[in-house]
Amino acid sequence: MAEQTGLEGIVIDWSDDKQAFHVPWGKAMMWIFLLSDTFIFSCFLIGYMNVRITTTVPWPNPSEVFALSFGGEPIPLILIAIMTFVLITSSGTMALAVNYGYRRDKKKTVLLMLATAALGAMFVGMQAFEWTKLIVDEGVRPWGNPMGAAQFGSTFFMITGFHGMHVSAGVIYLIVTATRVGTGYYDRHRGGNYEMVEITGLYWHFVDLVWVFIFAFFYLW
Amino acid sequence: MGIYFCVFLFVVNEMTTTQAEVTQVEGHQQHPLSIYIVVWILLFVLSGFSYAVDYFQLEGALRWTLILLFMFLKAGAIIAIFMHMAWERLALIYAILVPPLCLLVFIALMAIEGDYTFLARLITFGPAEEISQPHH
Repeated sequence: MAEQTGLEGIVIDWSDDKQAFHVPWGKAMMWIFLLSDTFIFSCFLIGYMNVRITTTVPWPNPSEVFALSFGGEPIPLILIAIMTFVLITSSGTMALAVNYGYRRDKKKTVLLMLATAALGAMFVGMQAFEWTKLIVDEGVRPWGNPMGAAQFGSTFFMITGFHGMHVSAGVIYLIVTATRVGTGYYDRHRGGNYEMVEITGLYWHFVDLVWVFIFAFFYLW
Repeated sequence: MGIYFCVFLFVVNEMTTTQAEVTQVEGHQQHPLSIYIVVWILLFVLSGFSYAVDYFQLEGALRWTLILLFMFLKAGAIIAIFMHMAWERLALIYAILVPPLCLLVFIALMAIEGDYTFLARLITFGPAEEISQPHH
């Protein structure tokens, strides 16, 4: 057979009956997407590091900015701590959902995925509350704030906003996959293969992973 | 940290070897529930520790060391167990985990550049408040 050249040659070479990764292709693709997402979030965090190093104005103390009082003395960073625990809880329910997916326990898989989605929605809700408090009560804007360095607002809104967007997308993704498991879509179209549950799980754990870094670098630093 | 990973890998091994022979189907990731529960609790505890660092207002080198330590332990547990990286083949592990290493160069460059910019600002504008706030 003659060697194909041109566009057809590219297609043939790239689909040349070779498999590098012995995992379902959807899972390999999700990992590669997450790798690219890693670079996006890293660029944001590195940009934040850079402006925080370069500013000659004191950086607002996150411990005080994000303190919340329930009647008494303000507790430092308490809302962020609760958000962190909510996200970790959702990661746990997701891990269990993946496990039950492999056991083909349809009911438990769907319930755990919906629980994960609900916890994710709760996280976004608390984030909306946090943003409202910062914008309305504290007067934080992307171009300045009363507490110190102007760059605090721009980096905060960009980093947490982008993360919140990922969580919101994840909630939709979870609901879609859970619905497909529940209505038997994968039983009809994928021969009962629930690997999509694990792929959705990869995305969700990644969102939790990014939060680990945001929590450490933005809130605790 | 080394001790932690030794204990961690030992526990993972103990929990998986019994099932390993049965579940070594290609790309199949079924592991005992108990391991997820253990990691889940571990993440809770580590998050609690991270929060405690801030709550007790630890300062200086101790603060940064603890924050980074807990951060890496949490990230490692999530990637290795929840995302099943510990059971994937090396081809996939290297393809995903090696490229981010070039971020270390990027971080170093931007840190050096940041110090330079900071010094330039001090020399040019002085440490005073004049440049502090653009009005909003």
